Amino acid sequence: MNENSILLKMQDISKSFPGVLANDHVTIECEKGHVLGLLGENGAGKTTLMNILYGLYQPDQGKIFVDGKQVVINSPSEAINHGIGMVHQHFKLVDTLSVIENVILGIPTNKAVLDFGPAKKKLEKLCKEYELFVDPEEIVWRLPVGKQQWVEILKALYRDCKVLVLDEPTAVLTPSESDQLCRAIRKITEQGRSVVFISHKLREVIEITDKVTVIRDGKVIGTVNTKEATQSILAEMMVGRPVTIERKARPIIKEHSAVLVMKNVNAFDDRGVQALKDFNLTVHAGEIVGVAGVDGNGQRELSECIAGLRKPSSGSITIQDKQVTNVIADPSFVGFIPEDRQKTGLVLDFTVAENLLIKDYKEKPYVKNGFLQYSEIKKHAEHMIKKYNIKSPSGDIKVKTLSGGNQQKVVIARELDAQPVLDVASHPTRGLDLGAVSNVHDILLNERNRGAAVLFISAELQEVIALSDRIIVLYSGQIMGELDGETADQFTIGQMMLGQTTEAKK
Amino acid sequence: MTYEIILDWLQASLRWSAPLIICAMGEIFAERSGIINMGIEGIMLCGALCGVAVSYYAQSQAVALFACAILGLVLGLIVAFLTVSRRTNQVVTGLMINLLAIGATNVIFSVLTVMRHKRATTFGALFPESMHRIPLVGPVLFAQPFTTWIAIFIAFIASFVLYKTRWGLNVRAVGDNPQATATAGLSVIKLKYQTLILSSIAASVAGGILTLASSGYFAAGGMTGGRGFIVLAAVVVGGWDPMRTMFACMLFGATDAAQLRLQTTESIIPTQFLQMLPYVITVVALTIMVKRSRVPKTWGAAYDGRRS
Ligand SMILES: Nc1ncnc2c1ncn2[C@@H]1O[C@H](COP(=O)(O)OP(=O)(O)OP(=O)(O)O)[C@@H](O)[C@H]1O
Ligand SMILES: [Mg+2]
Repeated sequence: MNENSILLKMQDISKSFPGVLANDHVTIECEKGHVLGLLGENGAGKTTLMNILYGLYQPDQGKIFVDGKQVVINSPSEAINHGIGMVHQHFKLVDTLSVIENVILGIPTNKAVLDFGPAKKKLEKLCKEYELFVDPEEIVWRLPVGKQQWVEILKALYRDCKVLVLDEPTAVLTPSESDQLCRAIRKITEQGRSVVFISHKLREVIEITDKVTVIRDGKVIGTVNTKEATQSILAEMMVGRPVTIERKARPIIKEHSAVLVMKNVNAFDDRGVQALKDFNLTVHAGEIVGVAGVDGNGQRELSECIAGLRKPSSGSITIQDKQVTNVIADPSFVGFIPEDRQKTGLVLDFTVAENLLIKDYKEKPYVKNGFLQYSEIKKHAEHMIKKYNIKSPSGDIKVKTLSGGNQQKVVIARELDAQPVLDVASHPTRGLDLGAVSNVHDILLNERNRGAAVLFISAELQEVIALSDRIIVLYSGQIMGELDGETADQFTIGQMMLGQTTEAKK
Repeated sequence: MTYEIILDWLQASLRWSAPLIICAMGEIFAERSGIINMGIEGIMLCGALCGVAVSYYAQSQAVALFACAILGLVLGLIVAFLTVSRRTNQVVTGLMINLLAIGATNVIFSVLTVMRHKRATTFGALFPESMHRIPLVGPVLFAQPFTTWIAIFIAFIASFVLYKTRWGLNVRAVGDNPQATATAGLSVIKLKYQTLILSSIAASVAGGILTLASSGYFAAGGMTGGRGFIVLAAVVVGGWDPMRTMFACMLFGATDAAQLRLQTTESIIPTQFLQMLPYVITVVALTIMVKRSRVPKTWGAAYDGRRS
């Protein structure tokens, strides 16, 4: 292979954190105009490696080459100067600023006074070129997540990067948005730029990448040409055993009392737009109700209303005949896995042990005579870390240092361990690796079998179909249709998601 | 008679609000960048003493204000080193600065005995004497010391810098999301140092103006009389926006001036209650306004450059 065509090479990179070796002599290469996939379980070290490339961390050892020249990258601004752009796993946007302000933030210029005119023109041109449309004037927090993702990508492209790193960009995208992203990536590579693409969704990895490097426990397991790979080969390389997401056999639950009853619920979103319209839903004990639908059709408001985080403007919500008026403090009542783990699910600056305790801090044995019992809290944390397979050196480290997927596991562990009567799981597998996804499915299925009512909200059709007893499709705040989990097919659901009712409705 | 009192009150209101406005404009930038510079009360106090002392010895107000600015720069560096580099608690650090300032100014003032009896020359008016006689606007506006006009001008400048310049954009960004700002290639630490130094200079200069624009005296201990804290409140009431904060400062300046005037008239209300007025208004304004403002997201939190 021609050495000159290698645009990015990271050679023999090692990086350790207290208690973890996150990267262990990792070498990756990406050719000009190619897409390199990075695969690996949660906590394998993918984000760490990319953060090193972006100058956020310094490697303990190893070299980085861009365009054949060795470079030392001490800060993000140096990375940007070397033509490296990065879309982070968790958004790095200033919510309160407009799109265009976010895009030009930090771009060196000798003009002190802001002049958005030329910047807007350039941005609009990029929008058109890559078919990622956003309104430059809109304030970022008002944008749906998908659009925010476009802003992140446009921000990197605006700076003319040669290498674009996308760290789990599709975790928050709907299937059609993901397809749109794939088209944009093709255009990006056609221009001779390279893309490093991180994802847990094997289908996408196979569709978009040229080569895939698989990392496990910080070490490179191998690199394969995507043409020669299949989903099962990759899954096995990644996890070390074959895994698939399939519908599992389930016992029929006899007792079928209604747990969650929503009657004529109306609710508004943060922007003041009606998000739920005369919404009626009943979830019974021992059943998993899957909520399918394109993101932003009321899923978030639905889950927040049930959790008591959002007040419906009218209608009633009861859980086991108890009215939901406020956040429910009793952990054995509702388990709530929010869609945004970093903003709603966790206190990032608390330790893992503290985060695991947030709901039970008033309970014995964690508190005695008004004092927290740290030895008990620690024991609890260690137990949970083991039980839920959280990759964390101990319970005493800040939860923000965990990998994205492991942060998610902390939320799941805390919310479901108290065996609540109702589980509301909003995108619980977002950012999880295949093995972990199947674990979460097992956990939720066990919850159902135990007799809990489960509301499972997800944008992944495959998962909804694999897990649900009953599927409802949300479309602009209303139920478009309802299907039986055993017989549902992707096509029918997909149609309903777009607002078309079909005969299959029953 | 009443007419004159009202004119006098209006005139004093604006005069009193000038130092508040200048100090508040600096504080807005610090808080927008995520740091509460609680030390402005103490820094203002130091500036007040520095102002009269230097103006007395150097016989120049320009030199005096320049000295205040230098003093502010030094104090700002100290505050920034502690709260940004060492990540100390911002409230505790500010209180410490305030306590130190009271002690230090008392000691220095007790040494400078000559100053106790001499008055520093106060600032002149911007507009010619003839204009002061125009009814209403004459005494209220044109007789103002030029610092009042500077304060208002600074508020407009602050608004422009915050919303229309690159640096202003960076400041707005860093307080809301320092991680995002860092990944955009900016130095969070540098920005916070800059805003803290700016706010400290503003506070110190405001202190200098406080003495030089009115009495020309320094009163040990209570010179600033909690004005720094009122500024902190004004910034919140003004929703971290320069224009709205300017009006909040004017409101507080007006109550302060009213309180002083009511004390001298034969009033049935005990003076202690009158003295409370500015603070009562502050609390009332805070309770009404706070809910409506958008707090910078990392307001008061230390920035840790490591992962999040
Ligand atoms: N700043 C840090 N301090 C301590 N440990 C860290 C820090 N950053 C990462 N780690 C640890 O390094 C390991 C690798 O984390 P990394 O975020 O790179 O994983 P990942 O492959 O991106 O996983 P995911 O798919 O879940 O995002 C994890 O065990 C994590 O806990
Ligand atoms: Mg990651």
